[in-house]
Amino acid sequence: MTRIGELFGRKRARVLSVYSTAGFPQLNSTIEVMKALEAGGADMIELGMPYSDPLADGPVIQASSTKALENGMTLAVLFEQLKDMRRSIHIPVLLMGYINPILQYGFERFCETARRVGVDGLILPDLPIYEYETEYGPILRKHGLDFVFLVTPETSAERIRKVDMLSTGFLYAVSSSSTTGKNKDIGEQEDYFQRLQQMKLRNPVLVGFGIRDRDSFDAACRHANGAIIGTAYIRAIDKATNVDAATREFLSGIVGVEAGAL
Amino acid sequence: MIENRITVKSIKSPNEQGYYGKFGGAYIPEMLYPNVEELRTRYLEIMNEAAFQKEYRTLLKDYVGRPSPLYLAGRLSAKYNTSIYLKREDLNHTGAHKINNTVGQILLAQRLGKRRIIAETGAGQHGVATATVCALKGIECIVYMGEKDIARQAPNVARMKMLGAKVVPAVSGSKTLKDATNEAIRDWINNPTDTHYIIGSVVGPHPYPDMVARFQSVISEEIRAQLREKTGSELPTHVIACVGGGSNAAGTFYHFLDDASVELIAVEAAGRGVHSGKSAATTQLGKPGVLHGSRSYVMQTEDGQVVEPHSISAGLDYPGIGPLHAYLYDSGRATFLSATDDEALKAAFELTRLEGIIPALESSHALAALDQLQLNEKDTVVLCLSGRGDKDMATYMYAMEGGML
Ligand SMILES: Cc1ncc(COP(=O)(O)O)c(C=O)c1O
Repeated sequence: MTRIGELFGRKRARVLSVYSTAGFPQLNSTIEVMKALEAGGADMIELGMPYSDPLADGPVIQASSTKALENGMTLAVLFEQLKDMRRSIHIPVLLMGYINPILQYGFERFCETARRVGVDGLILPDLPIYEYETEYGPILRKHGLDFVFLVTPETSAERIRKVDMLSTGFLYAVSSSSTTGKNKDIGEQEDYFQRLQQMKLRNPVLVGFGIRDRDSFDAACRHANGAIIGTAYIRAIDKATNVDAATREFLSGIVGVEAGAL
Repeated sequence: MIENRITVKSIKSPNEQGYYGKFGGAYIPEMLYPNVEELRTRYLEIMNEAAFQKEYRTLLKDYVGRPSPLYLAGRLSAKYNTSIYLKREDLNHTGAHKINNTVGQILLAQRLGKRRIIAETGAGQHGVATATVCALKGIECIVYMGEKDIARQAPNVARMKMLGAKVVPAVSGSKTLKDATNEAIRDWINNPTDTHYIIGSVVGPHPYPDMVARFQSVISEEIRAQLREKTGSELPTHVIACVGGGSNAAGTFYHFLDDASVELIAVEAAGRGVHSGKSAATTQLGKPGVLHGSRSYVMQTEDGQVVEPHSISAGLDYPGIGPLHAYLYDSGRATFLSATDDEALKAAFELTRLEGIIPALESSHALAALDQLQLNEKDTVVLCLSGRGDKDMATYMYAMEGGML
């Protein structure tokens, strides 16, 4: 079983996944950030691979990508940084990004390297179902990487079923049809989360986009297995002098006592 | 009217998934899926409706001023010892071919019940063409434009504003056309139900490349009829057009794609020279990749980060080309040439002095390619004069004052 499978086997509620851009705020912050996230109580890490044209991201995450690229982040540098990560990081790690840099690196070579350093899965919002099924899915499976699809409030029930069949690991439920960092009221999306819950999907569901504090995390967790925080975390470490302290402080505001107990 | 002769062997249309060979597709995040899927399933049905065609054709005729003339440029022909016909898209309302597409898409948007239009623009020609049809139909219009381009293209910004459009600066990334496109796509993600995105070229996710090519195909449809009338044959020997994203070229090539005897020549912007590091010659410098929702040639670093191109003409200053062109390049069906900033400037002045026509800088790249072809008196060359030079007067004046010409 994959690390992601094990996590959900053990924990079905209040799973917290945190997104951070690799190479941000400093080129060499990547591992430090991941350690701090694990120590602070995150259950899973989504490491963003910076891209020049991140269509699905809002200004905050895009700015962090731009910064990371300026810092010198590339896929080769990233894999070098992650080379020994499994000595210190035990929670599941997914890489999240856009397809183009991966195509240049070579899709199969990318999967092979990712797997070798201990990455568990991928989230590539601009890799469509058709191309996944015909070209890339088999390569991901061959290298034992989970692949997570997104669903939105506009996604039809039929399509959710299909995506649920294809996804491995979990389903990423975007809380509103929006780029990252938009603060739409989670309450407005209750219907949608309930609908997902009632569909009794194969995969656990994590709610992403717009989760920023304990209230929005709690709200998301009422109908899903957990939630993903991105923009709010990037903001929290953007200007921090001590990334480790800033991360712990941020996470204790979300998972509170649980974090302290770890 | 010329029959739209689609045969099994036709390379005009992509397959169901939007592929021309290995180029095209719809590489979009799930948030865009409903919008794009609605378009994909409905565009052909709507475009083929008799009422749609009637309204589209009537607007092209009475509002845009089509058919645009096919003009035998006598003194230019004499210089190159051949027959050169200029397809006068510069005489269209708003001054370029861009309006053929925006007229079509606004009618489509109305039929899809959309109440809000967004667009990206580089030079501002597509922005003006979009703002124009939105004013015509009384629909809200938001145009994304790179902060740098807003500064470079003040007259077109003023036109858009007078037409009632809101011009929103794109302040991310390199602050030019590619970033304006990103912002427009983001807007669409955040407004999934009431908004239609009018893309300005044959780029973007399927069905945009095919849809825009079909709207622009009126150019070659008219060329065939006009050539037959003037020469007795519908087929020229050469067809030449500049390529930014590739919409005027797609429209100019479209009805000749299946006629193997017609040489298709696409001209990219070489900027200060293909290998100067300041160029926009995508087929020369790019590699297959994914940009703005389709797989095509993309100018990028070894790490797959999109690089900022350079061209003296903002309309050609784009790091990609439409997937149809990637396919035409790869298969060898079209020949890709390039012209530098200086060659384009020189060609602009040459046409102006020989024919009394001030061309857009983009179109001047197509003109500059005449120098690179071995033409003779038996050839019939059709060149798409995609736009007029009014918007480029500052650049032309600067070149004259600098004694460059
Ligand atoms: C006059 C003119 N020609 C050509 C272009 C390039 O676009 P495309 O390659 O889509 O025709 C532009 C774009 O702004 C333009 O304004």
